[in-house]
Amino acid sequence: MKPFTQAAETLDQELAEKIDGILAAHGGDPTQLVGILLDVEAAVERHYIPESAAYYVSEKLGVKPTQVYDVISFYSALHDKPRAKFTLEVCNSAPCRVKDSDTLLATLKRLLNLEVGEVTYDGRFSIEKVPCFGACDVSPAVRVNGVVYGHLDSEERILDMLQQLN
Amino acid sequence: MSEMVHITVNRQPLEVPAGTRVIEAAKMLNIDIPHLCYHPDQTIKAHCRMCMVEVVGSRKLTAACSTVVWEGMEVITDSKKVYDAQTGVLDLILADHKTNCLSCARNGSCELQDLCRRFNRLHPELPDISSNEPLRIDNPSIVRDPSKCVKCGRCVKVCSEVQGCAALTYSSRSADFKVTTAFDLPMDETDCVLCGQCTLVCPVGALVETDYTNEVSAAIQDPSKHVIVQVAPSVRVALGDEFGLESGAIVTGKMVTALKMLGFEKVFDTNFSADLTIMEEGSELLERIKNGGKLPMITSCSPGWVTYMEKHHPELIDNLSTAKSPQGMFGAVAKTYYAQKMGWDPHDVVSVSVMPCTAKKYEASRPELGRDGYQDVDYVLTTRELAKLIRYVGLNLSDLPDSEFDSPLGIGSGAGAIFGATGGVMEAALRTAYELHTGKTLPRLEFDAVRGDVNAIKEAVIDLDGTPLKVAVANGLKNAEEIIRRVESGEADYIFIEIMACPGGCIGGGGQPIGTNNAVRDARIQALYEIDRSLPLRKSHENPEIKTIYEEFFGAPLSSRAHDLLHTHYHARKKRHDFSHLK
Repeated sequence: MKPFTQAAETLDQELAEKIDGILAAHGGDPTQLVGILLDVEAAVERHYIPESAAYYVSEKLGVKPTQVYDVISFYSALHDKPRAKFTLEVCNSAPCRVKDSDTLLATLKRLLNLEVGEVTYDGRFSIEKVPCFGACDVSPAVRVNGVVYGHLDSEERILDMLQQLN
Repeated sequence: MSEMVHITVNRQPLEVPAGTRVIEAAKMLNIDIPHLCYHPDQTIKAHCRMCMVEVVGSRKLTAACSTVVWEGMEVITDSKKVYDAQTGVLDLILADHKTNCLSCARNGSCELQDLCRRFNRLHPELPDISSNEPLRIDNPSIVRDPSKCVKCGRCVKVCSEVQGCAALTYSSRSADFKVTTAFDLPMDETDCVLCGQCTLVCPVGALVETDYTNEVSAAIQDPSKHVIVQVAPSVRVALGDEFGLESGAIVTGKMVTALKMLGFEKVFDTNFSADLTIMEEGSELLERIKNGGKLPMITSCSPGWVTYMEKHHPELIDNLSTAKSPQGMFGAVAKTYYAQKMGWDPHDVVSVSVMPCTAKKYEASRPELGRDGYQDVDYVLTTRELAKLIRYVGLNLSDLPDSEFDSPLGIGSGAGAIFGATGGVMEAALRTAYELHTGKTLPRLEFDAVRGDVNAIKEAVIDLDGTPLKVAVANGLKNAEEIIRRVESGEADYIFIEIMACPGGCIGGGGQPIGTNNAVRDARIQALYEIDRSLPLRKSHENPEIKTIYEEFFGAPLSSRAHDLLHTHYHARKKRHDFSHLK
């Protein structure tokens, strides 16, 4: 009768302390839920909000777990499933395309043997196509965890960029 | 007297109070504007867009459920433009709804079906884009079918605004938008208490009770089993709704006849065990007061409330009366006292109960409510499932003659009957506690001060012949939460509290007929008080069958055998996430 349910993962002390810090930085204000969740996601290596972290935030802010889940699932910038440690965001807007970001994308896919939206087996890399992030001056460019790497116009430079990601 | 405004609906003039919404104004002219998300007891959502109407002078169509009338407003609900918009919305909703109606629990009581009939949609006009998400059967009470959900949000509203549980929520956006639990978890792993109020407001078959009618039918057909049934007090004033009788119709005798014709070997009255509950709970209250036991004492009849307490307020465990609910007591008595009397092996007895409640299905499955490898209650049917069984057999309830419950275990007092209404357990307990405590006869049986309204909190001080007794009554879990706040903050020093999880008490329970709203709840409460008034026997301790069972079996209230069979215990529920390991 009872279906299989994934056992709940446990919140570790380190992440709990990071979340405490984030909550304090936001003054423990439940109306800042979106900002709090963005910060939590940035503090987790795989860039997502684990269920236990969402429940912890809900308990600390005095809001229902359903409300936290509603917000996480509503915004495409928030995630409830693990993502890659390094998501390579390739700009898909006209200026970068003019500067041949298509070749950059094809090279990344070939080097990592990866399609857009997939994650490497070790959870390290994924590739996403995103709209302009304001790096037209150094295009073609990728953005990884908020850091822009520009002038990626040769395989050598692309490999160099990938090797910097640790 | 509020200000009146003058409007027309379909060219008919109408005067309505300022602040009235268009959908309600039209109703006054008996015009039913089609709707799915609008519900008379809920705040406005304006999700479904079925109620789009024309307002003269406005370029766009207007949602009738969310728009307030203004002076000189001209509303048109019958133009082609309105018809086209409404059928367009209906077609889109239907395209995203699994239309396997024949296998749906709500076939025949579905508001989407009603709209299709009204707009003559014989089959979906648009390609099927409904989800293939499977049924969620993860608890003994409620089944979710995401493929049928029309995203109206009524369940989300009732769960958060009336019950304060907020176990259900919206999630995601656009094509992925849906109603689910936090992290899509099984319902019993969330804040859900299985009260079933969501099944009552769902316009379609996306949230329904777990159906046990087939299991019960099979047991009745099995010659090796003794299949007995008990019926809760509030079922007899609600079952008539399923057969077209007016709200609050009292169908006790017809219901008993129907159950006998269905083949139940014995038909018993839960009012009897409600009286037994009062004997135990009333004695427990007097004992706690006398011996300095834990106070306030809180009632434990409502399984939705018990689960709520176990999940959210385990610190109150010792405040709950240890007396089992009437369903639990009946189950224990039926498989011990009664089985012995009849010379039956309790393992051959199939004990069925008909309850207004989905949480009772869960209660019956609790390991505490059984012994020697059997459960005291084997199957719990809701009022809706009983109606289904009656229809299977082809009976028309309103044509049936009256019959009496079987005896013993078939006599219930008026005090037992009012258990089904908010304030009823309190009143029944006070009648008995007063007379047992003072040794005097109550001058007036009605305790009007605790007779509650739907969705309200009542407080009163009862004079127990010189001893003041502060009491409180709440129905709806949001109100229960407020009572708990008052107790824990020290704002109130109640001695005795009655809490029922559902608005209005059991008469408004999650297993009652579809269409149960607050107006219907009021009618049922009045019907239960009418049953009480019309009975010669109105106090639990004067019930002759109660006297007999104590003489023959239990000895006295709170005796060791009574403790063994009629009392239970509760435990804090393990939380999905517990942060006690953190420094």
